[in-house]
Amino acid sequence: MSQSSLRVEPAPHPRGGAGRFGRGRSGLGRHAPAWLAISPSLLAILIFVYGFALWTAYVSLSASRMVPDFALVGLRNYERMWGQDRWLVAAGNLVTFTALYVVVTLAVGLLIAILLDQKVRGETPLRTIFLYPAAVSLIVTGIAWKWLLNPGTGVEAFMRSAGWEGFAFDWIIRSETVIYAIVVAAVWQQAGFVSVLFLAALRGVDGEMVKAARLDGAGPIRTYWSVIIPAIRPAFISAGVLLVAFALKTFDLVVAMTAQGPGYASALPSTFVYDMAFQRNQLGMAAAGAISILVFAAIIVLPYVVWEFRKSDAR
Amino acid sequence: MPADLNPSEMVAARRPATRAMLYVVLGILGLFFLAPLAVMVLTSLRPIEEIRSAGIIGIPQTLTLDAWRAAWSQACIAAVCEGLQPYFRNSLVIAIPATLLSTLLGAINGYALTKFRFPGADAIMVLIILGCFLPLQAVLIPAAQTLSALGLANSIYGLILIYTVYGLPFTTLFFRNYYVGVPSEIVRAAHMDGAGFWRIFFQIMVPISWPIAMVSVVFQFTGIWNEFLFGVSFTTGASQTVTVALNNLVNTTFGVKQYNLDMAASLIAALPVLIVYLFVGRFFVRGLTAGSIKG
Amino acid sequence: MDRSKSGLMAATALSALIALPVSAQDNSVSFLHYWTSGGEAAAVAEVRKAFEAQGGVWIDQAVAGGGGDAHDQVLRSRTLAGDAPGAAIPKASDAIEWARAGYIVDLEAVAAENKWDEILPAAFLPTIKLDGRYIAVPLFVHRFDSMWANAKLLADNGLEMPETWAEFNAAADALLAAGITPLAHGGQSWQDEILFEAVAIGVGGAEFFRKAFVELDQDTLRSDTMLAVFDQFRKLRGYVDANFSGRDWNLASAMVANGEAAFQIMGDWAKGEFSAAGLALGQDILCSGAPRDQPGGYAYVVNSLSFFSKQQNNPAASPGQELLAKVLLEPEVQLAANLAKGSVPAVKGLDLSSYDACAIKAAEYLAAADADGTLVPSVQGGTVNIASVRGAVIDTATAFFNSDMSSAEGVETLADALRDATE
Repeated sequence: MSQSSLRVEPAPHPRGGAGRFGRGRSGLGRHAPAWLAISPSLLAILIFVYGFALWTAYVSLSASRMVPDFALVGLRNYERMWGQDRWLVAAGNLVTFTALYVVVTLAVGLLIAILLDQKVRGETPLRTIFLYPAAVSLIVTGIAWKWLLNPGTGVEAFMRSAGWEGFAFDWIIRSETVIYAIVVAAVWQQAGFVSVLFLAALRGVDGEMVKAARLDGAGPIRTYWSVIIPAIRPAFISAGVLLVAFALKTFDLVVAMTAQGPGYASALPSTFVYDMAFQRNQLGMAAAGAISILVFAAIIVLPYVVWEFRKSDAR
Repeated sequence: MPADLNPSEMVAARRPATRAMLYVVLGILGLFFLAPLAVMVLTSLRPIEEIRSAGIIGIPQTLTLDAWRAAWSQACIAAVCEGLQPYFRNSLVIAIPATLLSTLLGAINGYALTKFRFPGADAIMVLIILGCFLPLQAVLIPAAQTLSALGLANSIYGLILIYTVYGLPFTTLFFRNYYVGVPSEIVRAAHMDGAGFWRIFFQIMVPISWPIAMVSVVFQFTGIWNEFLFGVSFTTGASQTVTVALNNLVNTTFGVKQYNLDMAASLIAALPVLIVYLFVGRFFVRGLTAGSIKG
Repeated sequence: MDRSKSGLMAATALSALIALPVSAQDNSVSFLHYWTSGGEAAAVAEVRKAFEAQGGVWIDQAVAGGGGDAHDQVLRSRTLAGDAPGAAIPKASDAIEWARAGYIVDLEAVAAENKWDEILPAAFLPTIKLDGRYIAVPLFVHRFDSMWANAKLLADNGLEMPETWAEFNAAADALLAAGITPLAHGGQSWQDEILFEAVAIGVGGAEFFRKAFVELDQDTLRSDTMLAVFDQFRKLRGYVDANFSGRDWNLASAMVANGEAAFQIMGDWAKGEFSAAGLALGQDILCSGAPRDQPGGYAYVVNSLSFFSKQQNNPAASPGQELLAKVLLEPEVQLAANLAKGSVPAVKGLDLSSYDACAIKAAEYLAAADADGTLVPSVQGGTVNIASVRGAVIDTATAFFNSDMSSAEGVETLADALRDATE
C-alpha cells in the first residue's frame, strides 16, 4: 500500500500508553481492536457471500436439476447455457442495460442534484418527488410503466389523441428496442436516490476551490466540470457500485413490465437464473448463470475499485 | 463552512432567463417522475367496472375510495380477508432491527478500514464490496439450509440476519467513502490523548456520522421493506411481510385482476418508506451540509 | 447485542419445538399454495371450511407470482432446509421429482378406503401416481385450449363459432376486413405458448400431440404436421392487434368483453373476467374448445395437492395430511371449490346443475375425451414430462410468434430444443 495520509501511525507515542492498539509490539496485537471490530461482519460475509458463491460454483459444475446433486459434469452446464439463444439474449441485454442504466442514472441523478443545488424554491417536495419511485413496489410500478409505454394505452395514444398524428413511441413492443423501455423505468426508479447522494456530496465541496476557480474567470459550467465534479469522486464510487449491483439484480421490473417479452427479448441473466432454478429445474445451469454474472461484475467493477482505492490512498 | 464560501452560491444561476430555464427543466423532470404516480393514483380512484369498460388509463368519471378501503382492511389475501393492515407489524419488526444493525456494523467497518489501515485493509474492503454483486436467487437454497442449521429457519431472526448480512457490503461502502474524507488528524490526535478504538468511534466518529447514517438507513429500509425473495421464503402465513402480502394480493396469474385495488395497495404498502424519507429527508441533507467533509 | 442473542436462543428453542415429531393427534396441515385472489381464494376457503369442520387445523401459506414460480421457489427452499409444508401444489412433473427424491408421504390407506381409483378419470392416473402410489390428490381440472368469443360481434358479422382452423381463418379474415381485431391476445411467453398448444392439438390431433410433447418423438416433432402447426400459428400472428406485447390476459379478455376483439384463446379461468364484467356465459360470451381439424382432444391440467414430509424418506402421513387428502375428494368439496374457481371437478359423475353453461360443456367434453382417449396433458400446465421440456416449448413458441422465423425454422428449433431439454 502507498503512503497514506489517512493511516493512523501507531508507533511513536509520547506517552507510551498509546491506547489499546499501541500496546502490542506485533502488528497483530496493534491492530487487534480493528480486527475484532470487523470480524463479525467479515465472518458473516465469508460464509454468506463467499461460502455460498463457492457452493454455487460447485453446483454450476454438477448435474443438479431440481435438487442439488453433487455429481460433477465439468463445464457441461456452461456449454449448454452459452449454446442457448435465451441466455445469449439475456447476456447481451445485460451489457446494454448496465451501460445505459448506469451512465444515464448517474447523469440524471447528477443533473437533478446540480439543479436542486441552485437554491431552488420547494427543494424538499421536489426531492421527495424524485425519491418516491424507490419506495413503491416494482411489481406495481412496473404495471404502470407497461401501460404508459404501450402505444395503445400510454404516451403514444395520448399524443396522438392530442393531435400529433405521427407521434410514435413503441419501444416496449419491439424486440429490438424493448430493453431501452426497461432502462427508462429503471432510471426513473433509482435516479432520485443517486441525486440525493450527489446533492449531499455537492454540499460538502470545499468553497475555497470553487472561489478560486471563479476568480480565475471560469464560468459555471467549467467550474462544475473541472472543479466540483472531480471533488465529489467518492460519491461516484458509491453510486456507481450501487447502480452496477442494481443492474445485475434487476428482476421485478422486467417481470412486471414485459414478462421478459416480446418473446424473451427483454430477458436478463437474473431472470434467466431464476427461471432455470425454480421454473425449469436446472439448478446446475442456474448456478452457471449466477457465476457468469459474478464474473461480469468483477470484470467491470474490480479494476475501477482497485484504481479508486489506490488513488484515495495516494491523496 | 462560512456562508460566503458556499459553492452553490458561487455557481448558482442568477440571471432571470437562466433561472426560468432551471425551473422548466426541473418541471419536465418532475412530470417524468410523477407520470407513473399519476397513473397509479387515478387508477386507484376508479371503480373496476369503469377500468374494464373505459380502458386502463383514463380520467375517473366516478371517484371512489373503495379500493383504498379494501386494500387497507378488507381485501382477501388467500383465506384471510383483512387487507394489508395486519402485515405492517411483521415488516416493521424485521426492517427496523435489520436496518439499524446493518448501519451500525457498516459504520464500524468503514471506520476500522479507513482509520486503522492495517495490512490487508484494502483487500478486505474489496472483498466486502464484491458482496454487492452476489445474485441472491442463486444462493437461496444454501441460505435456507444455513439458517435451518443455525436453528433460524422460518423465523424473523433468520430474516434479520439475512438482511443485515446482505446489506453490509452497501453500508460498509457508504461509510467507507464517507470516512475516507474525514481528516485522520482528528483520529490521530484522539489517539495521542490515549483514547482507544471504541472511544474514538463513539465520541468522535459517531457524532459526525449522522448524515451518512441517514443515507444508509434510507437505503436499507427501502430495500428491506420491498424485499420479496427471502421474505417469501422465510415467513409463513400470518407472519408474512407487507411486501409478500402485497404480492399475493396483486400478483395473481390466473385470477381476476382488480387494477384499482392493486394500485391502492401498492401505494399503501409504500407509506412507511415514504414516512421514513420525510422523517430523515431534511435531517440528512442538512446534516450532510453541516458535516461539510472534504471529498 | 444481548437482545439479539436472547432472540437467537428463543428462535432456536422455537424451531426445536416446531421440529418435534408429529404427534398422533396432530391434525394441522400447513398448506403452501398460490391461490390468493378472487375466485381462487374463495375456492381455497371452501376446502378450508370443510377441513376445519372435520377437525383439521389449517395453516395458510400463500405465495402468488409467476403462475406458480414463486410457490415452487418457496417449496424448494423450505423442503431442502428440512421445513417442508404439509401440503403444496407443485406441477405434476415436479411432484414426480419430489416423490423420487423421497419427500412425498404415502396416502395409500386413504386412497384405498375412498376408492380413488374408481372415482377419478383413468386418464389422470398416470400424472398423479408414481409406481402405483398416489403422489398427488387432484382438486381442480382446468381446460387450457378453450376459446371465448363476443356473441354480438359474431352475430353482427354473420359469423358462427368456428369449429375448424379453416373456419376460424375465414371468420378472422372477415373480421379483419370489417376493421375488427379477430384475436385478443396478450404477448407474454406463457400466453403465446397456450396459443401454440391449442393450435398443435387442433391441427395435429390428440395422438400427434401426445407423441410430440409427451413422448418427445423426434420424427413427429419434425413431421409435416408440425410444419402445418407452425403455419397456422404464424397465421394467428396476423390476427392480433399491433399492441399485444406484454398485455395481461385479463386485458385481452376485456377486449373481447368490450367488443374490441372477437375471440380469445385462453384457459377456462378467463371465465372469471367475463363473469366479473357482468356478461352471461353461453349468451353474451360464447365458449368452446379451440378449433380442431381432428376429432376430440382436450388439453387439461389438474391442480393437485401433494403432501410433503419434513424428513427425506419418511413416508408416514400425519393424521392432518390424511384428513385433508380425504376431504379434497369429497363430492361437496369438489363441487363448491370448483364452482368458486371456475374449473370443473376432478371426481367423475357429479351433478353440475349449479354450474354455468360453459363449465357444464367443459365437463361433458372432459368425460367424452376421457372415454375416447383424447384427453391430453397440457404442456403449459406442467402436466407432462420434466420442467425443462415445458421451458423449451415456451421458449420456441414465444420466439417464433414474436419474430419472422419461418415455419421450417420453427420446427427445427423446437425439435432441437426438446432433444437438448431431456439431456
